[in-house]
Amino acid sequence: MSTETVYQLNPLFRLQWEEAQQCYVLLYPEGMVQLGASSAEILKCIDGEKSVQMIADDLSAKFDDDSVAGDVIEFFDVAAKQGWLNANT
Amino acid sequence: MQTPERAGPPLWLLAELTYSCPLQCPYCSNPLDMADHKTELTTEEWIKVLRDARKMGATQLGFSGGEPLVRKDLEILIAEARSLGYYTNLITSGVGMDEARVKAFREAGLDHIQVSFQASSEELNNFLCGSDSFQHKLEMARQVKAQGYPMVLNFVLHRHNIDDVAAILELSKALEADYVELATTQYYGWAKHNQNNLMPTREQVKSAEAIAHQYQKDLEGQMRILYVVPDYFEDRPKPCMNGWGSIFLTIAPDGTALPCHSARIIPGLELPNVKQQSVDWIWHESPDFKKFRGFEWMKEPCRSCDEKEKDFGGCRCQALMLTGDASNTDPVCDKSPQHDALLAQVAEIEAQQVTEQPLVFRNMRESKKLSRQTN
Repeated sequence: MSTETVYQLNPLFRLQWEEAQQCYVLLYPEGMVQLGASSAEILKCIDGEKSVQMIADDLSAKFDDDSVAGDVIEFFDVAAKQGWLNANT
Repeated sequence: MQTPERAGPPLWLLAELTYSCPLQCPYCSNPLDMADHKTELTTEEWIKVLRDARKMGATQLGFSGGEPLVRKDLEILIAEARSLGYYTNLITSGVGMDEARVKAFREAGLDHIQVSFQASSEELNNFLCGSDSFQHKLEMARQVKAQGYPMVLNFVLHRHNIDDVAAILELSKALEADYVELATTQYYGWAKHNQNNLMPTREQVKSAEAIAHQYQKDLEGQMRILYVVPDYFEDRPKPCMNGWGSIFLTIAPDGTALPCHSARIIPGLELPNVKQQSVDWIWHESPDFKKFRGFEWMKEPCRSCDEKEKDFGGCRCQALMLTGDASNTDPVCDKSPQHDALLAQVAEIEAQQVTEQPLVFRNMRESKKLSRQTN
């Protein structure tokens, strides 16, 4: 994965807030992943236009913490391997 | 931790819309006495169930059956479910669908279609389901993909098709399936009745598993393969339903609420019905849903077992069918005192490998016949 990659959410998945669970979830055929607050925050930024680096910088600025960028990049790596994301080509 | 009194939401709602089905698969998990339970909830009654369960936190919704396509109001139910925020799954044979209906479901907001096949060859497929449906299923699978749905293909494996796992996975690859479920027959309902004629040999299971694992490796990132192991060949039971009354709620066609689709066989249940009781009361208060919820109901060896939170003692229906008592340890577990008896039974079936008893196909006529025999 390059930090210049632009991702979008794999259309097989749906990101949704669940009131009863008080968390965001990723829904897919017959399954569900409950997301932690930071994972959800990152996934919400994915719009098919911003690169991994841009999202990492945005969130670092938003939370005023330089260490956030590294966590974001690491998350993208995991999420892509999980099949949650498709790279724009 | 779950206790009988404290349960999380029913995250998974299975709506068995009807027991009607144009197919007659002899491994169907529907109850043998389905002909006695043919009444069906109305559209309005189903909508109320969907709303009430969603309010409680239900997220995944399966439209199942029988064949859910038989219901003419399926489009209405899908639209309602989607607007409520469910992830909607249609679990179907594909028979009763055409290009226009696949499109109409998409417009109503359906998220996913799971198409079942009986085999990778036309001849065996059509024999097993008692219908010339193979070509139509292929066409429907292509439509599902063409119209942008994620596609799960489901194959139930048994003695007659388990040797074709490679061909099954090649077919799935050609159809561009996103997920493939290779589900070795679980012995409930019609499958239990036909067990002697369905159970594969240990050798067959081993070789199918090896092939499935090879494909899993080769197709990683392209097609996800779920291989459901045949639990009679295991030494630990499956965590059935993730625990009784834990996340799973089935509503049968007539409105009976069940902790799993075959629970009706367990004696002593009161079988609450959504026509008389609220979904909330059924889930939280009804004696049925508390009966095996949590861990307090367990006997030894489960009670003191350090794995009980992993497998919840296995399957209650299986414990009943194999030991006569639903609160016993599932005998698939090698800690169960009845495990050896199960092994002996499996070995006996394997030794026979002769089909003295013909397959009994799942249909209303056979169901009535079987009901008469037991009553």
